[in-house]
Amino acid sequence: MKLVTKLWIGLGILIILSPLGLFLPEHFKAGSAWGEWGIDEIGKLAGYVPKGLEKLASLWNAPIPDYAFRGWEDKGLGHLSLAYIVSAGLGIIIVAIVTIFIARILIKK
Amino acid sequence: MHIPDGYLGPATCGVFYAVMLPIWLAASRIVKRTLKARQVPVLAIGAAFSFVIMMFNVPIPGGSTGHAVGGVLVAMLLGPWAACIAITVALVVQALLFGDGGITAIGANCFNMAFILPFAGYYLYKAISYNAPLDSNRRVIAAGIAGYVALNIAALFTGIEFGLQPLLHHTASGQALYCPYGLKVAVIAMASEHLLIFGWVEAIVTALVVKYLQKQSPELIAEKEAA
Repeated sequence: MKLVTKLWIGLGILIILSPLGLFLPEHFKAGSAWGEWGIDEIGKLAGYVPKGLEKLASLWNAPIPDYAFRGWEDKGLGHLSLAYIVSAGLGIIIVAIVTIFIARILIKK
Repeated sequence: MHIPDGYLGPATCGVFYAVMLPIWLAASRIVKRTLKARQVPVLAIGAAFSFVIMMFNVPIPGGSTGHAVGGVLVAMLLGPWAACIAITVALVVQALLFGDGGITAIGANCFNMAFILPFAGYYLYKAISYNAPLDSNRRVIAAGIAGYVALNIAALFTGIEFGLQPLLHHTASGQALYCPYGLKVAVIAMASEHLLIFGWVEAIVTALVVKYLQKQSPELIAEKEAA
């Protein structure tokens, strides 16, 4: 088997394993990454919501926010895991295609 | 380490876009000259690897979470400039599609994770693995150390960027407008959690893949040696 094929299979395994990135923080009761809190969270932590932060925080409405489908927020870890796996797969495909596209343009002589 | 929208003031966001622009241009020029067509699939896999490894949130029990970036690995295999482009693509897709990292902070996030991290990791790896045989353990150890240190330097920069905000932007009464934590809190938080936990994740991931590639494809590790 070619190395590139093996590496793609490796990425496929990582896609399937990706919900570990949800389960482990949940299991060990870990919260957001430092500095990546939502508006409610920062209000509780700092005692107030900084004005500029409040305004800018909702600047961008990502189509799949935090690797979860809209409306699935309360559906539990099972659904979130599915969304996470789909996000990982979709993200990998898009990232790979964009990278190949850029590289092809750059090295075209 | 993905700074969201609202944590950095407009001035900081602007500065980092302005800093990244010439870096992206230089990366394009250099990659154009040095990347070979047969390396393109590895570059795409590297970008995809960086994207997905960042989804593996590692918890600090009862505390926060963090993750590896995988960027040192890409830099070791394809050079820091190619890694810069690969990680930038991953970060932009994360921001636009998944809201992971703010769009106003793409410049800053790319500076930390797509510039500082691959360059620091690349040169550290080169220095430690200097003249080491391709199949030597020194290369595996060099990869681990480079991963650990580079992730920590990137985290330090991120902490400083967060921590400068209350100094730069506050109301007359002293309330912060953006990130509310100053240098001391931000730098200690970012540095300690990456020194204690997340740096090791980057180290292990980088070292394990190098170990695997030594067996599977030593020529891939040799690629950047000639250059």
